[in-house]
Amino acid sequence: MLGYILRRLLATIPVLFVVSVLIFMLLHLGPSDPAAVIAGDFAQPEDVEKIRVQLGLDRPLYIQFGDWILGVLQGDLGSSIYSDMQVSALMMQRIEPTLSLTITTISFAILVGVPAGTFAAWRAGSLFDRGVMMTAVMGFSLPVFVLGYVLVYLFALKAQILPVQGYKPISGGLWPWLRSLILPTLSLGMIYVALIARMTRASVIEILGNDYIRTARSKGLSTPPILIFHALKNAAIPIVTTIGVGIAMLISGVVVTETVFALPGLGRLTVDAIVRKDYPVIQAMLLVFTVAYVLINLLVDLSYSLFDPRIKYQK
Amino acid sequence: MSDQTSPAAPRSVLAPLRAVPAFVAENIWLSIGIFLLGGLALLSFGAPLFTAFDPVALNVTQRLKPATEGQPFGTDLMGRDVFARVLYGGRISLTVGLTVAFVASLVGLIVGIAAGLIRWVDVVVMRVMDGLMAIPSVLLAIAFMALAGSSIRNIVIAITIPEVPRVARLVRGIVMSVREQPFVEAAVAAGTPDKALVLRHILPSTLTPLVVQATYICASAIISEAYLSFLGAGTPPEIPSWGNVVAEGRSMFLVNPGLVLYPSLFLAATVLAVNIVGDGLRDRLDPQMTKALR
Repeated sequence: MLGYILRRLLATIPVLFVVSVLIFMLLHLGPSDPAAVIAGDFAQPEDVEKIRVQLGLDRPLYIQFGDWILGVLQGDLGSSIYSDMQVSALMMQRIEPTLSLTITTISFAILVGVPAGTFAAWRAGSLFDRGVMMTAVMGFSLPVFVLGYVLVYLFALKAQILPVQGYKPISGGLWPWLRSLILPTLSLGMIYVALIARMTRASVIEILGNDYIRTARSKGLSTPPILIFHALKNAAIPIVTTIGVGIAMLISGVVVTETVFALPGLGRLTVDAIVRKDYPVIQAMLLVFTVAYVLINLLVDLSYSLFDPRIKYQK
Repeated sequence: MSDQTSPAAPRSVLAPLRAVPAFVAENIWLSIGIFLLGGLALLSFGAPLFTAFDPVALNVTQRLKPATEGQPFGTDLMGRDVFARVLYGGRISLTVGLTVAFVASLVGLIVGIAAGLIRWVDVVVMRVMDGLMAIPSVLLAIAFMALAGSSIRNIVIAITIPEVPRVARLVRGIVMSVREQPFVEAAVAAGTPDKALVLRHILPSTLTPLVVQATYICASAIISEAYLSFLGAGTPPEIPSWGNVVAEGRSMFLVNPGLVLYPSLFLAATVLAVNIVGDGLRDRLDPQMTKALR
């Protein structure tokens, strides 16, 4: 098992290397000159030059890249041009809302998507099934901010039972925290629910056609254990894969959701950095989000062996 | 000869029209999607037919007016007509969606075919594609926009880049499986030149899944454009697009929710229509994939 984990871990290195090169190139070969951007519209050429030397932008690209990567590997993500703060310090200030929102959204999406998909598969062709599939198509088509504002309109402005926006730290109590996250979670999670429900349904339907399901039924097992222990467990790998792949969508959605609901998280940090052209922060945040995505998918890969022990022994 | 064909001519002109009811009955969702999309395209590209107002004309004396007969959605903070802005805004979404779908499919097709046939391209290019796919697409696009400056052309590039790897992967997979088919092996054995082999034997198998994929790319590109504009890194503020209009209406949401809700509903309806067309095309063109999903 350890060998399997190590092999998988090593396999992420080339991807992460390519990603870091791509991110670095995006920011350094782009059409705009960071030094000129920082200096502002009215700067003299010599000021721009001074900033360039100060930031080390006058050095050859491969040295800048090596410098950046060595720093990152030692935990130094660089510092903001705008506030002079370490990116890691900025992140620590902003990580709680993002982490909270991501955790509530993933939980919500799995808790709703998997049962809905399983039940739809069991009753394929029924009214419930059609309802789930229609809702899934709708879910795919509703941009996060559209659903967000519709929910705010209904639950915060009309019914006035939930806050319009803002984040309450978890240290201030579990209920206020959860209450501030209900609408963001619903708007961010809908597309994720749709994705998971659709994949669950498809893969459970496939499993339900197998002989061992018929055997389980003929030996008198009732439906719930068949669905949970026989069908869902064997259908799990594509579902878990979808959950992992969906994280990329979730990260993009987090940025928009944090803007709609004024949550001071990492997404806002990134958007603010982009607006201010604070390129060390942009570079670091792109890398952080991508590494998070790659690592989550590594965990997903490793979880396969829980559902299918044969995978452990494969080379 | 002309005497014989002329009475038949009107029939041949009407023939496609006669086939419409049968087509609609057979492809009900596809037809609904096309109808909805056609309607939205007509509203946005034919906007001057439906509103006399200029979407960008400021009118400070008419700020935040409620809905009236001629201005069904009222006016925004700058006194601009919201109905006109919503109609004209659709032009950006549809143009960006279609352009990205086309460009991403074309580039992805070329990369995918090259990767499927040439080993070194596969090794090098697909690594880059894997890397691109790992970077969250909206973040990649806003970072690109921030550095490249806001223009419609840059939006198309920013949204196309993350979509290309998805197409390339799809095409590469198809090429690799088609390559092993007996008819391709026979063509190779018969000495078919490479160019003819690709054009005549490999390309046709990729087209159906590609068309279906392009529809979904169109839907996702429309959403991405809206996100970029909403976050202030998309369509230049002087051009109305649904994302822009929502972003501007945001500060006045509590006063007049319509400023945000109307463009949002048009956006959602458009994406829904494109997705329905995609599902309909998939059902019609790719029955195997449909079976896998059902």
